Amino acid sequence: MKVLIAIKRVIDYNVKIRVKSDNSGVETANVKFSMNPFDEIAVEEAVRLKEAGKAEELVAVSMGVAQCQETIRTALAMGADRGILVQTDAELQPLAVAKLLKALVDKEQPQLVILGKQAIDDDSNQTGQMLAALLGWPQGTFASKVTLGDGKAEVVREIDGGLETVEIKLPAVVSTDLRLNEPRYASLPNIMKAKKKPIDTVTPADLGVDVAPRLVTLKVEEPAKRKAGVKVASVAELVDKLKNEAKVI
Amino acid sequence: MRVEGQDVGDLTTAVRRFVREVLVPAEPAVEENDAIPAAIVEQLRSFGLFGMTIPEAYGGLGLCMLAEARVAFEIGYAAPAFRSYFGTSNGVGTLGILLDGTDEQKRRYLPRIAKGAIMAAFCLTEPDAGSDAAAITTRARRDGDDYVISGTKRFVTNAPQAGLFTVFARTADKDAGIAGISTFLVDRERAGIEIGPLDRKMGFRGSQSADVRFDECRVPAATLLGGKEGVGFKTAMRCLDHARIHMAAISVGLCTRLIDEGVRHALGRKQFGRAIAQFQLIQAMLADSEAECFAARAMVEAAARAKDQGEPVTKQAACCKYFATEAAGRIADRVLQLHGGYGYLKDFPIERLYRDVRLLRLYEGTSQIQQLVIARELLAEKAR
Ligand SMILES: Cc1cc2nc3c(=O)[nH]c(=O)nc-3n(C[C@H](O)[C@H](O)[C@H](O)COP(=O)(O)OP(=O)(O)OC[C@H]3O[C@@H](n4cnc5c(N)ncnc54)[C@H](O)[C@@H]3O)c2cc1C
Repeated sequence: MKVLIAIKRVIDYNVKIRVKSDNSGVETANVKFSMNPFDEIAVEEAVRLKEAGKAEELVAVSMGVAQCQETIRTALAMGADRGILVQTDAELQPLAVAKLLKALVDKEQPQLVILGKQAIDDDSNQTGQMLAALLGWPQGTFASKVTLGDGKAEVVREIDGGLETVEIKLPAVVSTDLRLNEPRYASLPNIMKAKKKPIDTVTPADLGVDVAPRLVTLKVEEPAKRKAGVKVASVAELVDKLKNEAKVI
Repeated sequence: MRVEGQDVGDLTTAVRRFVREVLVPAEPAVEENDAIPAAIVEQLRSFGLFGMTIPEAYGGLGLCMLAEARVAFEIGYAAPAFRSYFGTSNGVGTLGILLDGTDEQKRRYLPRIAKGAIMAAFCLTEPDAGSDAAAITTRARRDGDDYVISGTKRFVTNAPQAGLFTVFARTADKDAGIAGISTFLVDRERAGIEIGPLDRKMGFRGSQSADVRFDECRVPAATLLGGKEGVGFKTAMRCLDHARIHMAAISVGLCTRLIDEGVRHALGRKQFGRAIAQFQLIQAMLADSEAECFAARAMVEAAARAKDQGEPVTKQAACCKYFATEAAGRIADRVLQLHGGYGYLKDFPIERLYRDVRLLRLYEGTSQIQQLVIARELLAEKAR
């Protein structure tokens, strides 16, 4: 079975995000980028499937600027077999990514597409669902457990207030949630070996996909600063403030 | 092939993350228990740090000196006890096998060392032979197809865990000088090896060292490094440039860490109504530290680059070890100072790092020995 893993290059989770002074977006110059943490979980899951003998080939796909190669190399170091970079400097919105992924799925014919439930930069949480719709495939989103069976998969989903277990027919799209697994650190020898694994580069035009944005970003702003707290002298004062000032009790 | 300019950006990124997410958070536990937790040892192994200096053909990373130094900058950021744990496997002991080992010896040991399946310990120092390493008295007497080793080795890092001891011993009379010193690859299972009680150290908790006593320890002649008598000491000396650049790079990593600890405290601590970082006397301490750290890093990179190009670097390597470890000492002192009384408490990492950093100026050649080497090389150059 072939598994396609979609991975996104995002600003590293440790970086303190700064909004550009003209409010057109966030500062990306001289900022560290790394793989979207949810996608790391997707790669880990795919590698575990391969290690368990349930998947044969793992293809890691990333889309965007040339540096996405580095993100793909990380996936290759973790255990993916080869990579595909859809290279473009254009802004890619979830629908465009889903269309590009569909084109690659048509070409590669994987039995499973696995990807993060959302990317930590724009938090859209749309790509997996849109891809499933475009392909007409079943989807198991927010997966916290994936068990592959014969021609099907059982996916435990994280939903509000609990867990839901669904059974979906393969081929399918699975999007990963935080508790699915804990991604490994790619070992140094595997990082060296990953340098020799193949990465194909294609463009959206090669895949016949129009990636023009459908949404326009008007303005990006910092969240409002939290106001400083106040110290209260007694429990009575606290209760009074909660009741009469904050009006929460 | 070891080539200059290997692209190791991805390696250093991975090591940085591993160091900050796994090793640094484990430091208090290592300090508390004087041992590296088994789970972390396992992670060090699977992460592949034991084989940094070993060629790819034997399962290592085959890094050039510059690449190794850049990785060491990252590793040095964590408490140095971690590096000690896989360091002896990457250091002089293993380098000797690489340089002068027979094919059989390389095949027998290097892949297992690279995987971290066995640890190599380096047995040179003796009670009466420290800086004057050529004064060792441990004997290896030829007896038929065997050698019989007797003598005491001191300060052997990782002695309790080691599976392989690289032992320096005399195969000829004292008159033969260093030409009479040979190296043996001694498996731990051999009869006649006794590990003494653990050294009770000032710092470096989590890294263990002890005396190793060889009492009529019989080993086959095939354990003789390179299959030849008398190459041992020369081999060790040939590894020294590499080891010194490596140790200097580790010190640079530690300087970076110390400065981070200093900056964090200087920004957070308020006195006289403002962060102490705003006082110029504190700024001077930070500035001096940053400048020295930058200088040490630049020195290490230059020496490593020169070594990769095959230039002789004995003088540069000694300059690096000398400057970088002394700088680390000065920086640790300043950073403790700017912590005020809190720097003297065990609640802050600086108290421990201050004790750890002291060792760097003592082992693998004291600062005085580095000065002697630098002067010797310098004077010889000028005499030419
Ligand atoms: C924690 C720890 C781990 C170690 N691990 C190992 C190991 O794994 N394997 C191993 O073989 N060794 C190891 N060592 C030994 C270490 O390398 C020696 O301690 C070091 O070489 C110094 O030798 P010494 O302690 O005998 O000091 P000495 O040689 O007695 O030096 C005492 C002082 O005299 C100075 N001095 C000596 N000769 C001269 C000179 N000619 N001119 C000017 N000054 C001089 C020295 O610089 C020093 O200040 C370790 C040591 C420690 C503390």
